[in-house]
Amino acid sequence: MAKRLFANPLFKFLVTVAAPLIALFCIYFKVAEYYQIVVILFMINVILTASLNITNGFIGIFSMGQAGFMAIGAYAGSLLTMSADLKISRIPGIPEWLANVQLPFIPALIIAGMVAAAAAVIFGFPVLRAKGHYLAVMTLGMIIIIKAILDNNSNLTNGAKGISGMERFSTLPVVFAVMIVSLFFLYRMTKSAFGRSMAAIRSDADAASSLGINATKYRMIAFVVSAFFGAVGGALWAHLQQTIAPSLFYFSRTFSIIEMSVLGGMSTLSGAFPGAAIVTFVPQILANFENGFKIFGFDVPALNGLSAIVMSIVFILVIIKWRGGVTRGSEYIVNAMFGKDTWTGILRKQTYIDFWNILCGGFKNSIHYHPHTIEEKEQEKKNEQEKNEQ
Amino acid sequence: MDFFTGSLLSGLQLGSIYALIAIGYSIVYGILRLINFAHGDLLMVATYAAWILIARSQSLAFAVVGSVAITIVFGLVIERVAYRPLRDAGEETTLVTSLAVSIFLQNLFLMVFTPKNQAFLLPDFFSQKILNVSITNMSVVIFVVTGILIAVVSLIIKKTKLGMAMRACAENSGAAKLMGINLNGVVIFAFVVGSALAAVAGVLYSGQYVSFNPSMGFMIGIKAFAAAVIGGIGSFAGAAAGGLLLGVLEILFACYLPQGAGVYQTAFVFLVLIIVLLVKPNGLFGVAEERRS
Repeated sequence: MAKRLFANPLFKFLVTVAAPLIALFCIYFKVAEYYQIVVILFMINVILTASLNITNGFIGIFSMGQAGFMAIGAYAGSLLTMSADLKISRIPGIPEWLANVQLPFIPALIIAGMVAAAAAVIFGFPVLRAKGHYLAVMTLGMIIIIKAILDNNSNLTNGAKGISGMERFSTLPVVFAVMIVSLFFLYRMTKSAFGRSMAAIRSDADAASSLGINATKYRMIAFVVSAFFGAVGGALWAHLQQTIAPSLFYFSRTFSIIEMSVLGGMSTLSGAFPGAAIVTFVPQILANFENGFKIFGFDVPALNGLSAIVMSIVFILVIIKWRGGVTRGSEYIVNAMFGKDTWTGILRKQTYIDFWNILCGGFKNSIHYHPHTIEEKEQEKKNEQEKNEQ
Repeated sequence: MDFFTGSLLSGLQLGSIYALIAIGYSIVYGILRLINFAHGDLLMVATYAAWILIARSQSLAFAVVGSVAITIVFGLVIERVAYRPLRDAGEETTLVTSLAVSIFLQNLFLMVFTPKNQAFLLPDFFSQKILNVSITNMSVVIFVVTGILIAVVSLIIKKTKLGMAMRACAENSGAAKLMGINLNGVVIFAFVVGSALAAVAGVLYSGQYVSFNPSMGFMIGIKAFAAAVIGGIGSFAGAAAGGLLLGVLEILFACYLPQGAGVYQTAFVFLVLIIVLLVKPNGLFGVAEERRS
C-alpha cells in the first residue's frame, strides 16, 4: 500500500507542494518573527546545500569552499543594495563609483551570483586540476585566501569588522521564490544530458572522456554553477542577518554546509531538505540548553558547544549507518515537486479514484487485520489454559 | 646574528613542530588514505593534558609522559569509534567524518575548559635567551627533540618488522592483508605513533608560544597537513621536509613581504600549496601513484 500511495501523483502533490505551501502561509501570517527567521534560514540552507551537492555529489568534485562563494555573494549583494549614504558612512574609503551604485534586490542577487561565478572561474583553473583529497584541501586554501582578501581590503569590505545595516530584503516569500527557482534550475540541469554527463564523469572520468565528454569543461561548468547559487544563498543570508564579517564565512560555515549536504545525501538534490532541516532546527532546540537549565531540582551549568557536540555525534552516526545520507540516494522529494507526472497526474480523474481506493484499501486492510493488544493476548492464553485444565 | 638568520631559525623552529604533526598525518594517510583532520586537535588535547598535569604534579617529565599517554588514548578511541566502521568507505566520507571528530573534540574541550586563552608556563630555564636574539633554550629543546623523534620514527619504519608491515600496508593494504599482516594492528600502531608525535608537538608548541585555547589545533593541523601535501603525503622524509619548508616560508613571508602584504601570510602559505600541487601533483618528494583519485 505504501508503495502505491507514494507513487500516486495526488499524494505527491499534497505532501511536497500543498502541505508545505499551507504551512508556509500559516508561518508567514501567524508565527512570531523569530521563528520565521529560522524557517527562512532553513530555506537559505536548502539553496546552499543543493548548490554544494552539484559539485560534491553529482560530478564528484569534493569542494570545501562553499563558504568562500557565500562570502563573495554576501559582500557583493550587500554592496549593491545599500544606499550611497549608508555605504559611505559604514565603509570609510569606499570608491565613489561603487558607492553610487544601488540596485533592487533581485538584480543584486543575480549580479552577486555572477561575481562569485567569475571568482569560481579564476579559482577553478588551478583547483579543478587536482583530484579527490587534494582538491578538497585546495578549496580549503581557497576560503582562507578569500577571507584574507576580505579582511585586508578595508576600502571595499571594512576589513575584519564587517558591514552592517543592510535592509532585510530576505523575507519569507522572497526567499521561498528564490529557493524554488534555484532548485528548479538545478533539477532541470541534473535531468538533462548535462546531468547524465556529470554522473558519467563522477563514476569514471576517463571512460567519460573516451565517450567524447569534455570532463574538464563540465567540471568547470558545475563548479561555476555551484558557486553562483552558493553566492545567491550568501546574499540572501546577508540580507537576513543584516550584518556580515569575513570570520562568519570561514571553516565552521563551510563545515555546516558540508554537514547538511552529507546528512541529507550528497548525490541528491532532495537531500538538501532533510539535511538543512536537521542542521537548522536541531541546534535551535539545543540552544535552549546551552545557557544552563534546571532538571529535577538540579542546576545544570551552562553547556557551551553542546549543540556542536550533539550535531557532530549525530553526523558520525548517520555516516556510519547510512553512507548515502538519510535519503539514501532517493530523489523522491524533488521528483515529486517538479516532476511532470505530478503536475499532469493531478489533472486526471483516475488519480483521484486511485488515491481513494488506496486509502480505502488501507482502511479495509486495517479492519481485517486487527492487532491484538498484549493484555488481550494474555487473556486468551489464560482462557485456553483454563479450558485445557478442565 | 642578523635579521635573516634570526627569522630563518624561528622559521625552522615552527617548521620542526609542523614536521612532527605532518609525519603523523603522513603515516596514517599512507596506510588508510585517510586525511585525519582531528589530528591537529590531538595537539590541543595534549596541551590541555600537560597543562593540568603540570599544575597537579609539578613535575614536567611526568606531565609530558602523561600527556603523551592521554593523547594516544584519544587517538585510539577516535580510530576505533569513528574511522574503523568506515574503513571501506570513500575517501571523502572519511574526510568529513574526521572533520566532525575535530568539531566534536574542539567543542568538548570548549565546554569543559571554556573558550578563553590559557597560558602554558614552563620553568624560566626554557625562556632564557641565547646569543642575545629571539632564540631561547626552548628553541634548542625543540630542535633536539624533533631531531631525535624523527630519527627514532624513521628507524622504526625502516628497520623493524612492524615498520616493514606499515610500509607494506602503505604500498598495498589488500595484498599486505593476504600476506598475513594484521591490518588493524598496523593501523593502531600508526595511530599510536601519530598521536604521540602530535602530543610532543603540542607540548613544544605551547611551551614556545605560551597561549592556547580549544580551537588552537585546527589551524596548525591544516597547515601541517598542507606541509605533508607539499612534501608528498605518504612519504616520511617528504612530510618532515615539507614541515620545515612551510615553517620557514611562513615566517619569511611575515618578515619579508612588502609593507601591507604581511597580513596575507596565511593566504600565501596556501598559495604555495596550490602552486606546488599544480607543478608537482604528488608533492615535492612524493611517489606517483598509478591512480590517485
